[in-house]
Amino acid sequence: MTVLLALSRVVDRVNEFIGRNVAWLILASVLISAGNAIFRKAFDMSSNAWLEVQWYLYGTAFLLAAAYTLKRNEHVRIDFISNMLTKKTRDWIDLICHVIFLLPFSVLIFWLSIPWVYKSIDSGEVSANAGGLILWPAKIMVTIGFGLLILQAISEIIKRYAIIIGRVPDETEVHELPPEVEEMIAGSSRGDVKAETGK
Amino acid sequence: MMDFIAHNLAPIMFISVMGMLLLGYPVAFTLAAGGLFYFVVGVEVSHLSSEIRLFWPLLQAHPERIYGIMYNDTLLAIPFFTFMGLILERSRMAEDLLDTIGQLFGPIRGGLAYAVILVGALLAATTGVVAASVIAMGLISLPIMARYGYNQSVATGTIAASGTLAQIVPPSLVLIVMADQLGRSVGDMYVGALYPALIIIAIYCGYILLLTLFKPHWVPALPQEARTLGNGVTSLIVVIAGAVALHFIAYEYIFESLRYETRFVWSAVLAAGTALGISLANRKFGWGLMSRLAEEVVIVLIPPLALIFLVLGTIFLGIATPTEGGAMGAVGALVLALIKRRLDLRTVKQALDSTTRLSAFVMFILIGARVFGLTFYGINGNIWIEELLLALPGGEFGFLVVVTIIVFILGCFLDFFEIAFIMVPLLAPVAEKLGIDLIWFGIILGINLQTSFLTPPFGFSLFYLRSIAPVKEWHDTASGRMLPGIRTTAIYKGALPFIVLQFFMIMIVILFPGLVMHYKDEHTGIDPADVEIQLPGFGGENGGMGFSPFGAPSGGNEGSDGASGGGNGGLSLPTMEGLPGAPNMGGETGAEGSGNGNSGENAPAPNMDLSAPPSFN
Repeated sequence: MTVLLALSRVVDRVNEFIGRNVAWLILASVLISAGNAIFRKAFDMSSNAWLEVQWYLYGTAFLLAAAYTLKRNEHVRIDFISNMLTKKTRDWIDLICHVIFLLPFSVLIFWLSIPWVYKSIDSGEVSANAGGLILWPAKIMVTIGFGLLILQAISEIIKRYAIIIGRVPDETEVHELPPEVEEMIAGSSRGDVKAETGK
Repeated sequence: MMDFIAHNLAPIMFISVMGMLLLGYPVAFTLAAGGLFYFVVGVEVSHLSSEIRLFWPLLQAHPERIYGIMYNDTLLAIPFFTFMGLILERSRMAEDLLDTIGQLFGPIRGGLAYAVILVGALLAATTGVVAASVIAMGLISLPIMARYGYNQSVATGTIAASGTLAQIVPPSLVLIVMADQLGRSVGDMYVGALYPALIIIAIYCGYILLLTLFKPHWVPALPQEARTLGNGVTSLIVVIAGAVALHFIAYEYIFESLRYETRFVWSAVLAAGTALGISLANRKFGWGLMSRLAEEVVIVLIPPLALIFLVLGTIFLGIATPTEGGAMGAVGALVLALIKRRLDLRTVKQALDSTTRLSAFVMFILIGARVFGLTFYGINGNIWIEELLLALPGGEFGFLVVVTIIVFILGCFLDFFEIAFIMVPLLAPVAEKLGIDLIWFGIILGINLQTSFLTPPFGFSLFYLRSIAPVKEWHDTASGRMLPGIRTTAIYKGALPFIVLQFFMIMIVILFPGLVMHYKDEHTGIDPADVEIQLPGFGGENGGMGFSPFGAPSGGNEGSDGASGGGNGGLSLPTMEGLPGAPNMGGETGAEGSGNGNSGENAPAPNMDLSAPPSFN
């Protein structure tokens, strides 16, 4: 068990690191997208490669961050019924569903994506758009993203089991609100405005 | 037994997977697992029923379908607008607006409520994110309203409802996602939403007006001592009248050679710019030309107007796609926050981090829905749903009413991404069969989903407001009094009248389709797909794999490729006749009349065919 928990910690850290850093790709995507519009208008220039880079970056960000989002327990749940269940029951539901829902799904997609990516690399497949990009770097993100998701699923299974047998305390984050809302509220209550603004 | 399962697989699958969602396990993975489980079941019993068209190699479509979600340009707008909303929240634009507009309307009865509605509308037009407006208004306006004796329910209801305007006023995320799922152009969706959105705003104001007449003590005016900016409404009226006059003069004489939208936007920019210039100069040089109130109002209105221009202006002018409009808005918000010295690296990083997590869960719901969809369509689930809904009495009207009720009920439990990704692809083909215009349909669903943000107990807007409203008695520093906490029941109660107003609005849109359908005679916006130069043979790569019966395996984009092909093919100049300025613009951005706009007049058949597939998926 100790070994497994150590493994789970390593996975958590790797995914946390990846998840936090791919966020920058979204900023890059924002800037490129705005730049595309401006350049097209101002200089009458348009490049399919730059248009494609936008979704390359975004696709990479959301695929690679899925595992991190799972770690932060932020994939949306419909929890109005499960909120009525005991903590123990919810722990069991999570553990079982990790094993029978998440794991088979991510393993299947991971496994199916390998020959599909390989074919793309092998044939040097290029986007059908004129001047488009080569495709396999985008496609391989499906494989990597789901690979990370498998690892995180295993880590979650280990943690959830350890929690059920009382080996470790439950440190899973609880989120009542979506991430962007929590962020806004945290920012607003940092004290710089607050209810004082009545004048 | 097996026979029964084989012949009723679609309803069994639909109901049991929906039931599984109630377990409280993440929606994305539950949908995907449900889809895979029934895939196995379907293949096993496929010899028993001719309706089941599932076979093992079909599974190989999944990576390509996920990739199809990746290369969907339209959905890029989700992170862009979310990021913009987060940064905008940090820039405190909403606070400035609420302070100043509150002062402007404060002296009249119900003034603070009007201010909340108008600011809600302005914020809605800058970004498509509900949370940003509700939180800002809840933190700024709620305490002031409480201090000066507003009825709790009226105050909370107005704030929660005004926040939801972000869902229906362009550039709303709901409209973008809806357009994507319905396979229509986002620009058309925006144009169609314009009048309904304005009517909703007017209805909200009308409700407050009624309150001031019948329950004046619920919505008191600000007392004299709270009016810090002083009076001077006259000079504001002069400024506004001057700006409006300038706008019309510019529209009629200066920019008369331009095309409709271009003309409108440039005249507006000129008028607003002049007003701002005069106000800034007045403040700087102390000319005393206008009152302080007028000066403040003009100056504070400029950032949101500039952002609206950046986002909506560029979209309607055909400079940017809706996605790029979101990116421009995000950059604008960054600049605004930077000017106001509200931006540091940490803020950006946190905003990006939350945006990424939001994107991951939203896109994975879509992935889950696609995995579910592959099986569901393979067992003819769409036909089952279609027959079910087509059997409804009342034809078009009956269908719309039933859909409204279904979506309203689902909206009490699911968030709008889930409804949009799971339900809309099932409903769209039925609507199309009944001859319902999909833009009209999308707007009706959009108002519906907007309403679902308001419905107790799970309405998000109420939820956000609850999370920032004081629960216990709190000390109000400005008045030095202790004020009561906001009860949750007061929040729920406050939402009820607005829910009724929303229903009224849905009925109006259903009864008067003309409110939406005018999008057909205007050529605004550009479809993202039109910008890329795509080869018509693009879909062949997927089609060759042998699962074409299930609609486009790679999803929305293939359809829009088709639409773009059709759009470009049908570009036959109707939009450019007699518009000397236009060809240049049309040339660089693709057809400014989007594929669908053209379809009405030129080439209905090919376009309809091509734009249909994404909605099956």
